[in-house]
Amino acid sequence: MVWQADVTVKRTALNAVHRAAGAKMTEFGGWEMPVGYSGITEEHIAVRQAAGLFDVSHMGEIEIRGREAATLLQYLTANDIRRLQIGQAQYTALMYPQGSAVDDCVVHRRAEDWFLICVNAGNTEKDLDWITRHNTLDAEVRDRSAEYSQLALQGPRALEILARLTRADLGRLRTYWFSPAVCCGVEGLLARTGYTGEDGFEFYFPPSESARVWDALLEAGRAEGLVPAGLGARNTLRLEAGYPLYAHELDEETTLLEAGLGWICKFEKGEFIGREALLRERQQGLKKKLIGFEMTDRGIARDGYPVWVGGRVVGKVTSGSPAPFLKKNIGLAYLPPELAEVGAEIQIEIRGKQVAARQVALPFYKRAKPSTAVN
Amino acid sequence: MSYPTELLYTKDHEWVRVEGEVGTVGITDYAQKELGDIVFVELPRPGDAVTAGESFGTLESVKAVSDVFAPVTGTVEAVNAKLQDQPEMVNADPHGQGWLMRVRLANRAETEKLMLADTYETYLQEAKAP
Repeated sequence: MVWQADVTVKRTALNAVHRAAGAKMTEFGGWEMPVGYSGITEEHIAVRQAAGLFDVSHMGEIEIRGREAATLLQYLTANDIRRLQIGQAQYTALMYPQGSAVDDCVVHRRAEDWFLICVNAGNTEKDLDWITRHNTLDAEVRDRSAEYSQLALQGPRALEILARLTRADLGRLRTYWFSPAVCCGVEGLLARTGYTGEDGFEFYFPPSESARVWDALLEAGRAEGLVPAGLGARNTLRLEAGYPLYAHELDEETTLLEAGLGWICKFEKGEFIGREALLRERQQGLKKKLIGFEMTDRGIARDGYPVWVGGRVVGKVTSGSPAPFLKKNIGLAYLPPELAEVGAEIQIEIRGKQVAARQVALPFYKRAKPSTAVN
Repeated sequence: MSYPTELLYTKDHEWVRVEGEVGTVGITDYAQKELGDIVFVELPRPGDAVTAGESFGTLESVKAVSDVFAPVTGTVEAVNAKLQDQPEMVNADPHGQGWLMRVRLANRAETEKLMLADTYETYLQEAKAP
């Protein structure tokens, strides 16, 4: 029997490598991706205590170049592009006029007039369309997604492992900076970024070299406890770290202020899409607020479960899961602002029963040694 | 892992060991592997009625919530209370110490519809084939 490839689902260059390694696969953002290899809990703990290697080649890469590139981005995104130096990366969001995110993304400034934006896989086409529609300044906008594989090496041992495979000065590559670099003999872009709450790196390079880089990294880190890690652990790690995930904490209906992303809204920079709506909301008050909670009674909150306070449904869980490192059951939810209070009790409806939880401060997890602040 | 011949199996990957009028119920090795690390188990109470083919409990892994279906109809006599603190036992020993409940069978004839170990293994082979 001939295996018929499902043409509607995309596969990264490492698909066969993941399968050979016994990965469980799942569909995410239009891509078939590994959920886990040895198990989500084990992979999660490895990233917190040693290191994990993630194939994140599903992420989209959009390039914006030209004399007007910075001006266009300054108008499209909430953060301040002028603060971004060459070789620096910035967490930001492409904005809708209502103050919500088209997507959250990381903008890399490769040159004065050259930017590479790492966007969510499932949003790449929407982002491209949005950017193109607003590109009245004739900047060059290109989808470079097919030209990059992306691997994320994350964890406290990431630096020493990577140091064996590159001559780049990793110690001088600060958090949220990047540089062209040769790793494992492959030329690419090396960024000190990640989505796990740990120190780590993300390497962008030609897909044809994927297996070589993947194997070399795993081999180099074996003695340190480096393991391949899947999207399952990536999700629990980002949740412990309190990072939002598009389509969960962020969507067309949710403003950046509600999502706790006021820190990337640089109102003083001048006009940008969504600025007026955000300023109005800041003045008039939020309609909802993102909170963190942990279960105090037996039960695991899951995405979409109703949140009860005082006998009525007041909100909804946007992400809920066991937290493998914290060994608690945690979650994020939107509540009316007047009910958002660290320490206050809430109830999560789990299969028809109300189960007690308590609001806690975000993030749930912060690594002991903080890195340099992001811009 | 080979599937114990003294157990009977369902298409939903549960098993039952029938001893006299009582059936011990669990999930198969295949099912525990598919679920991954089990972190939470919700089971019925002794005295509850369960119906063949219907959900009697919930198993949760880090990633997923799964219903478990009763292979037989009857009344719950006991549940595996150890799983409350050690849900990982379902992964470690799915056909043994990771059992879920014991049921007093209402209708022994029901078990004739369940699969023997070799039939279940064939069923798994067919399910896995692309």
